[in-house]
Amino acid sequence: MVVDLGVSRGGVPVLEGVNFSVEAGEALVLTGPNGSGKTTLLRTLAGLQPPHGGKIVVPDSEAITYAGHADGIKAVLSVRENLDFWARVHGGKDIAPALDGFDLQALADRPAGSLSAGQKRRLGLARLMVTGRPIWLLDEPTVSLDKASVELFAGAVRRHLEGGGIAVMASHIDMGLDVRVVDVTPFRARAQVTRTFDEAFL
Amino acid sequence: MIALLIRDIRLAVRAGGGFGLGLAFFLIVVVLVPFAVGPETTLLSRIAPGILWIGALLACLLSLDRIFALDREDGSLDLLASAPLPMEGIVTVKALAHWITTGLPLVVAAPVLAVLLSLPEAGFLWLVLSLLIGTPALSVIGTFGAALTVGIKRGGLLLSLLVLPLYVPTLIFGAEVARRGAEGLEVDTPLFLLGAITLFSVALLPFASAAVLRMNLR
Amino acid sequence: MSSIWEYANPKKFIETVDKVLPFVSVLAAIGLVAGLIWGFFFTPDDYRQGSTVKIIYLHVPSALMAINAWLMMLVASLVWLIRRHHVSALAARAAAPVGAVMTIIALLTGAIWGQPMWGTWWAWDPRLTSFLILFLFYLGYIALWSAIENDDTAADLTSVLCIVGSVFAVLSRYAVNFWNQGLHQGASLSLDKEENVADVFYFPLLVSIGGFILLFLALVLLRTRTEIRARRMRALLIRERMS
Repeated sequence: MVVDLGVSRGGVPVLEGVNFSVEAGEALVLTGPNGSGKTTLLRTLAGLQPPHGGKIVVPDSEAITYAGHADGIKAVLSVRENLDFWARVHGGKDIAPALDGFDLQALADRPAGSLSAGQKRRLGLARLMVTGRPIWLLDEPTVSLDKASVELFAGAVRRHLEGGGIAVMASHIDMGLDVRVVDVTPFRARAQVTRTFDEAFL
Repeated sequence: MIALLIRDIRLAVRAGGGFGLGLAFFLIVVVLVPFAVGPETTLLSRIAPGILWIGALLACLLSLDRIFALDREDGSLDLLASAPLPMEGIVTVKALAHWITTGLPLVVAAPVLAVLLSLPEAGFLWLVLSLLIGTPALSVIGTFGAALTVGIKRGGLLLSLLVLPLYVPTLIFGAEVARRGAEGLEVDTPLFLLGAITLFSVALLPFASAAVLRMNLR
Repeated sequence: MSSIWEYANPKKFIETVDKVLPFVSVLAAIGLVAGLIWGFFFTPDDYRQGSTVKIIYLHVPSALMAINAWLMMLVASLVWLIRRHHVSALAARAAAPVGAVMTIIALLTGAIWGQPMWGTWWAWDPRLTSFLILFLFYLGYIALWSAIENDDTAADLTSVLCIVGSVFAVLSRYAVNFWNQGLHQGASLSLDKEENVADVFYFPLLVSIGGFILLFLALVLLRTRTEIRARRMRALLIRERMS
């Protein structure tokens, strides 16, 4: 749940007064033009940067996992080793369902550096499954995925939601999922007009 | 934690990880010195402890910027920060991985290179011992510098500028142990002080590195 | 309302600096001119060192300020990390180049003094070496400030560097003492300056130290004010872009 949240990028407020709440088993899609602050909002939700104001209420601070533009893949490690590492960091989950879910079994022993952009993306998304965390934050998850892969991904999200998970994503592609859409444009931060300046110089 | 350690060592050893680079650099420095100062054995054996320590220190410096920069580039660092690992643990493991892949090989190679510089026989044990005790401090201090400069593109030069002054105490005591050992003097005082610097750095600097890394990830 | 933190508000700080700076500058000029003229022209030559001793009126105050500037930066860094007052961080930033220049002056005057006294421009004496290391710390600190774009992150990182640097500077100081003893047993090149000084030299020295302290204060106030205005300007530009 998000209450009156303000987020900033490089010390500059981008969004303010963002309010929404997500229930278990629900998916939320954030929309808005480029530069409107979707990535910044997701990073703030993931705890990677402090909010500018307001607060984020989650049942457990370790419930969230984030998949950004970069997949965190090491080129010299194999697909299996990459996935195995994240699984062990998050408490040793089995990686087989993740490999199956994103059709990576055949690629499991190839070095990740030799994968195509779409295959890398699938590996990056498979990481979400091995973390075992209920809240997925996804930033443009379908970039460079082909149609079949998007369906694989939609399936994975659907199973995650059925299991009581939550997904919040910034995306423009309709994946055939039952989602609630939140447009971030109305929350754009306005410059406050003040004659004097305070500690923050604004 | 152990998974992270294994991954970092694996990454360093595989192709493009730069595992051998530090060693090769160490070798080249040691080979170049006689060309610069002349081949007299007496002179070389007198300056050997200092040259070996400087060479090891510079070789250590060479791989520091890889500690966090690569993880930062491919997004792993963000993911690690949101993983259930304490930041202090991450930086400690990173420093340990750096020491295993850079510091330890230097310690092993040092006696071989010492032969090239005709280090007196009495000095070998103390050289290896001083490097063994001193190089962990170099890795931990270097990790702090790497954490400071992780957000800066091409921060390698700045990293050296920040880290080298911090290396002064370690270098002084480390080279002093090796020098006194080679001359057959007693080494207890500098050896204990070197150990104290290392323990101090290992105990406290990870907290500073973790704080700095959190500031950089925002 | 008479708390010292009142001055941590940039606006209040600038107002105060506007009022105080002229007086501090004039006092600094008087102190420097009086101390240096008194020292250079109205003190006798030392029986051992001749007229070279008079460089003491530049050397000792600048060396003192080189160390005190770093201490001031350390305090300002701690204030920033604990209380998040921007003025504090900017004051630390403003003091660094001044401290670095003081270190250079101390090193240069030391070399000029050392040449006739010891017959060499430079010796690896513990004090000289420590100042050289201090200068390297200043360089790193300034370089880190200028390398980071985000102002708050830069303030955070340089503050931590200043604290860690202080600890290692102290360690280096003792390490260097140990190292030099180890190399030259008993060969003492260092003069213990304070203890040698007789009263005739002592009072003008005090005046010029006072002048240097005021000079440092004036420069730091001036530079902090500039930093605050530059920061404010960036904030205004950003706001303009937003609306």
